[in-house]
Amino acid sequence: MMATSVNDLILEPPRLVKHTPLLTVTNINKQYGQVIALEEVNVELYPREVLGVVGESGSGKSTLLRMLNLEENPDSGAYHLEIPSYQDQNLFELSRFERRQLRVKQIGIVYQNPHLGLRMRNSSSGNVAERLVVAGERNFSRLRAAAKRSLEVSEFPVTRMDDPPKNLSGGMQQRVQLAKAIALKPALLLLDEPTTGLDVSVQALVLDTLRRLQRDLGIAMLVVSHDLGVIRTLSDRVMVMRHGRVVEQGLTDQVLEDPQHPYTQQLVHAKL
Amino acid sequence: MILEVNNLSKHFYLHQLEREVHAFSDLNFTLSSGEFLLVAGANGVGKSTLLRTLYRSYKASDGLAWYDSRHGRIDLVRAADVDIALLRQEELGFVTQFLRPRPRVSAVELVAEPLLFAGFEPAQAEHQASAALEMFGLKRELWQAYPTTFSGGEQQKVNLARALIQPRRLLLLDEPTASLDVVARAALRERLEHLKNEGVAMIAVLHHPEDAAGLIDREIMLTSDLPPDAGFLEPEVAYVA
Amino acid sequence: MRLSELTKPVQDHAYAFLDEASKRELRRKILKGICIPGYQVPYASREVPMARGWGTGGLQVTLTLVAPHSTVKVIDQGADDSVNAANIRRFIARVAAAKTTTDACEATLIQSRHRIPEERLLEGQVLILQVPEPEPLRGVETSSAAAAELHADADYGMMWLKLYEQMVRYKRIIQGASYPVLVGNRYIMSPSPIPRWDVPMLHQAAHLTILSAGREKRLYCVPPYTEVRPLEFDDVPYQIENVDGMVCFRTGATHKFMNELPQEDGSSLFELSDSGYGEKILTETPLGETYYDSEGRFYHDGYLRQ
Repeated sequence: MMATSVNDLILEPPRLVKHTPLLTVTNINKQYGQVIALEEVNVELYPREVLGVVGESGSGKSTLLRMLNLEENPDSGAYHLEIPSYQDQNLFELSRFERRQLRVKQIGIVYQNPHLGLRMRNSSSGNVAERLVVAGERNFSRLRAAAKRSLEVSEFPVTRMDDPPKNLSGGMQQRVQLAKAIALKPALLLLDEPTTGLDVSVQALVLDTLRRLQRDLGIAMLVVSHDLGVIRTLSDRVMVMRHGRVVEQGLTDQVLEDPQHPYTQQLVHAKL
Repeated sequence: MILEVNNLSKHFYLHQLEREVHAFSDLNFTLSSGEFLLVAGANGVGKSTLLRTLYRSYKASDGLAWYDSRHGRIDLVRAADVDIALLRQEELGFVTQFLRPRPRVSAVELVAEPLLFAGFEPAQAEHQASAALEMFGLKRELWQAYPTTFSGGEQQKVNLARALIQPRRLLLLDEPTASLDVVARAALRERLEHLKNEGVAMIAVLHHPEDAAGLIDREIMLTSDLPPDAGFLEPEVAYVA
Repeated sequence: MRLSELTKPVQDHAYAFLDEASKRELRRKILKGICIPGYQVPYASREVPMARGWGTGGLQVTLTLVAPHSTVKVIDQGADDSVNAANIRRFIARVAAAKTTTDACEATLIQSRHRIPEERLLEGQVLILQVPEPEPLRGVETSSAAAAELHADADYGMMWLKLYEQMVRYKRIIQGASYPVLVGNRYIMSPSPIPRWDVPMLHQAAHLTILSAGREKRLYCVPPYTEVRPLEFDDVPYQIENVDGMVCFRTGATHKFMNELPQEDGSSLFELSDSGYGEKILTETPLGETYYDSEGRFYHDGYLRQ
């Protein structure tokens, strides 16, 4: 049955797009005991591109994101970022110290749970400033100005810049995370369910900020979500994951409107 | 010749129903710059599906679609996703009758957005967006308003302004005139004529072909050799954004 | 041949109280601390006849380094004559047969709680500071394991964040004693609760400083001529306590760190915090060079931006 039903049309490698991908992940495998978390996962992300990763919980998408943020290593596989002085480096081989350097300057992340990304009792501006301090800024006025600018760009109300995140709404907390993530204009922005748990109207506004930021700053983004609406709004391409494997990938509208894999069809129709 | 379609086929397979849904097969046609091709045929025969397949919203089942892009000749059926994304950004346009408005994004911003993505200066993008809205006859006082609250006709004007704001080499028009008032209909016709004269190639599905009277150069007729209800499963999917 | 002839006679206690094995361990840890300035070295803190928290860390280091030819000075919050200082000094003298003094210039070993003498210490002298809390990151990171990782990575963003928060909230740095310093451009260190006045004295000092926390079982060192910089923003210079207009009512000294003695009429008298230095003025003993001059300028020219 499958032999005739599955669309076996094979795409060619890119011919018009000449530059190399910003991010290349090759053959990642990861097992926790008997459980396979990731199996032969490959990812390519081009400059200025937004790649969505969908899948239900346990599909391996969060594990993948942790690896891209260099929080965890796979059992095997390679990870390359096309940025100066890291070109030929498998990032999984970096020491903890080097990883930190790279993460501070080149990788921003927004977590679903703001507690993971923010110090809830410090000021919001301080949360943003910390990243700049770590990168070496030692001038208070400049720190403050840069934190303010980054919060403004994230459409955070500047009058509240010194309020601690614990006193802010969920949507505002995500904006602080975002301001912190983009404070140093990273090459790569990772979003882990950035709007899950927010009210629908707030969610739409945060998504809009993300779109505009992506457009204005030209940052390449990888957004992980189980919410097809989020993926649809943000991403150019999408990867569908299940049981640690990529079961389908393609242009976002193609995957959502003409899903090929049985699982993707189920996922898309469940959304209706 | 900007497009050469050979033996293009599309069918859908619904795994849950274990059923194949036929759209069209073995289509052959060509298109030159400045040419306007009308896709005709009965309802549910797969006219929209053809446009979407060429735009790669749908994945073709078989065949070739050679497109002569500015970057070189490429098969739209098998081109890499990133190549298609690039072509969509620079050369391919798809015009539907549906706008996807977003909360607290004004009509002007929505229309200007493709230009901003293409790297235009905000002021210039807004200027062009205003001109486009003017042309399609959207009332001036609505320009800064949010299209989420607009009527269907007004949304459609915003939609057309947005879809046609960037220069394109190949435009795919999927019933763009439905729910348009007379003024907007005339404006659209005028706009399309202008684009045609500039050399833009177009493939259109039209409910009322008379809306494009005088523009149509050729027509292809899609027929179905399958039961007439076969098309009902064509996934017209709308998503919440 | 009998067993007693082969072994040394049993003594009722070891020289300088600690047994040789304990002293050897401490010496090794001190050497390690000197090799890695500002790095906290764990050690097996022994029992001494004093409660934890009363200077057992400093005492163990002093007992390890003391020798019959040593001259020992013990300071408690600047004073030589407090009960605690006097008892520790007497104990050391008794178990090590060392000389004692109140003159900072004369001492070879100075054990101190919360002060550095006003007179400039010289090469060969050792300053031993008692430390209640050795971990400068404690306030921002409660886990010792996590703090150790932060030190390893020199990940001190949180310390700067703390200062940033103070600037946002109070428009100035409110950190007083235990002002965090960066040692040798590498480790952030707590200089023990010395006042901000004393912190610059550690920078490029000629003497060796050993800081030891008995309860927390960690020691760390500032070797001679090491960079020790308080954390400061470029545009918010480090500030010492203001002593302008304070005159010691016993000695008439100015521009030295003072204790404030509130009077019944609501006014205040001031006296030199460093009692050994005051005693020298009163007895007209020749004074050593001080870190701060008579105008309140710091000895290292240009170190303090005003």
